Amino acid sequence: MKRKANVEIAITHIVARRKQTFTAALGVTIGVGVYLFMNSLSAGFSKFSRDEIFKNSAHIKIYKNDEICSPFVPKSNQDNINVIVNPQITTLSKKIIDPENLLKVVKSQSYVTNAISQVYFDAFYNRGKAQIRGTGNGVNIIDYDAMFSTGKYMVAGSINNLQGNLNGIIIGSGIAEKLNLGINENITVSSSFGIVKVMKIVGIFTTGNSMNDQAKSYVNITTAQQFIKEGPSYVSTIFVNTPNADKSVYYAERLQQLTEYTVEDWKTTSADLLSGDKTRSTLMNSISLSILLMTAFIIYNLLSSTIMQKINDIAILKATGFSGRDVISIFLMEAIIMGLIGTIMGLVLGAILIWIMSGIYMGGPVGYFPISFELSLFTQSFVLGIVITTCAGYFPARNAANVDPVEIFRK
Amino acid sequence: MKNREIVLNTKGIGKYFYDPVKFKAIDDINFDVYKGEFLTLVGKSGSGKSTLLYCLSTMDTAYEGELYIREEKVTGKKPNELASIRNCTIGFIFQFHYLLPEFSCLMNIMLPALKLNKYTYEEVEHRAYEKMKLLDIEDQALKPASKLSGGQQQRVAIARALINDPAIIMCDEPTGNLDSKNTQIVFEIFQRICHELGQTIIAVTHDLDFAKASDRTIELADGKIISTHENNLGIVR
Ligand SMILES: Nc1ncnc2c1ncn2[C@@H]1O[C@H](COP(=O)(O)OP(=O)(O)O)[C@@H](O)[C@H]1O
Ligand SMILES: [Mg+2]
Repeated sequence: MKRKANVEIAITHIVARRKQTFTAALGVTIGVGVYLFMNSLSAGFSKFSRDEIFKNSAHIKIYKNDEICSPFVPKSNQDNINVIVNPQITTLSKKIIDPENLLKVVKSQSYVTNAISQVYFDAFYNRGKAQIRGTGNGVNIIDYDAMFSTGKYMVAGSINNLQGNLNGIIIGSGIAEKLNLGINENITVSSSFGIVKVMKIVGIFTTGNSMNDQAKSYVNITTAQQFIKEGPSYVSTIFVNTPNADKSVYYAERLQQLTEYTVEDWKTTSADLLSGDKTRSTLMNSISLSILLMTAFIIYNLLSSTIMQKINDIAILKATGFSGRDVISIFLMEAIIMGLIGTIMGLVLGAILIWIMSGIYMGGPVGYFPISFELSLFTQSFVLGIVITTCAGYFPARNAANVDPVEIFRK
Repeated sequence: MKNREIVLNTKGIGKYFYDPVKFKAIDDINFDVYKGEFLTLVGKSGSGKSTLLYCLSTMDTAYEGELYIREEKVTGKKPNELASIRNCTIGFIFQFHYLLPEFSCLMNIMLPALKLNKYTYEEVEHRAYEKMKLLDIEDQALKPASKLSGGQQQRVAIARALINDPAIIMCDEPTGNLDSKNTQIVFEIFQRICHELGQTIIAVTHDLDFAKASDRTIELADGKIISTHENNLGIVR
């Protein structure tokens, strides 16, 4: 209980007006709590949708883009006729030439953590007369698993069974259900190129996303190349992972210098998804920030009215030798104490809301609501809570410092 | 008497008010105040006593002329320096006791000393009790200031004014709100402060009996000094 004069005064004021202090702190609590909660919602959801993107797509992909043919067909032999055609997509195949070499070069870059190649084909899964359309993915399953953790989603069999097994296939659980097929049974797969193979189901996966589960299958690259009647030099896409997904634009630019094929970072690939994401988080941020600003207004108001009521006391303090700076520090301290109490309670409130929310089951591929305790958001909310209440307290405190004691005593 | 130490003197102090019309509330005030002197300022209501006192107090800085405290010119100093001068050199006593209602009497008295930050907390507490003993209010120490009678509150205010042993104690109508018994008590305390402790008192009053019992009385009329009386010429110290 041995305190400096300013601290003594601030604490006595706070304690003497504990009701008002508590009201103001409660305002801050709600502001900070809602801010923390809404930002955690937003961050959790962004993380979820990003994870969804990275389930099927890497930080960067390299592929051969469609080419538009030139409107002039080069003059052929003797006749002097210029042939003009409508510009359109060339029928040249979209393959990457010499993928082995490109993959080696890409992998040798210091900023590449992982790179794999993949061959897509349109697949038809058949059993008797039943047929399902889908996509076949020719991959090196071990490398693929390292990038996309496919093994995590296996519900039957194992990814290892596919390795080196040219006749093996891993299918989505939706396909298995519809065709009533189980592990180790045979499935007839055909491609748009007329290739038909009877393959053995060595694994079944469930991602929770019906688009994947009812259409996707994994086979070896060589098998996929056979389905589209291509040789071993054919690769549709090279996927590249980097140390930092947020810097993928920069890494993509560097990779682009190594190849003439299109290098695209995941933000470009998923621009639609991300813009929706950004809109939502901007919305949430501005709503929560407005609530926090209302908090500031509560503090400002309360402190202003306190100062109006305490104008005699302020005059007395100034008469007895307290400077304007002392008066500011007294009232600023009061604002900070209110802000500190309110902010800490706000973090607790936010944590409770997050905890409740994380227990709500949303169903479908989302499962439990994607929200978690992010230390950075707690820190951010704390700092913002304190900064805003301090600013809100500063202006009334400065008014208090400008009180002219003579004017008060003269009345 | 004239070779005593001067603690405060003024050179041509004057002050204008501009609202509602330009008007000179005090004009060309020159006087010296000595160490250990009990000085009273008298005059009709509106003659400028309070206005002058606020100029002397360093709280009002919008005046012409010059003010010296212990030979040091204070006119033109920065607000922070003036606050520090008030803290250690000047004590105030007002007509309305102006205690801080949330604080105990003890803390009201201690605050200016805690602000001065010259003594430890324990020393300040000890000194506050000494002052309360002097004023016979030590049994009120832990009561909230708002729970005391008017006379007791004024004595707490006096103890607060004395806590930093200021060279000068300024009072605006210190007995204006007190009954005759309490007025007598305050008067006796003032006598002791000046004559035993050697501090200077400048008190504005309209109580002529009170003024007559002080060492010297300066009379103001329309903002000017019209007369100065040495009251207790018989007493030589
Ligand atoms: N803030 C002010 N604005 C304008 N005139 C004032 C103000 N304060 C005091 N006065 C005027 O200055 C004169 C002196 O006032 P004051 O010093 O309070 O007198 P006293 O204390 O002797 O009764 C009075 O005429 C009063 O009306
Ligand atoms: Mg007056």
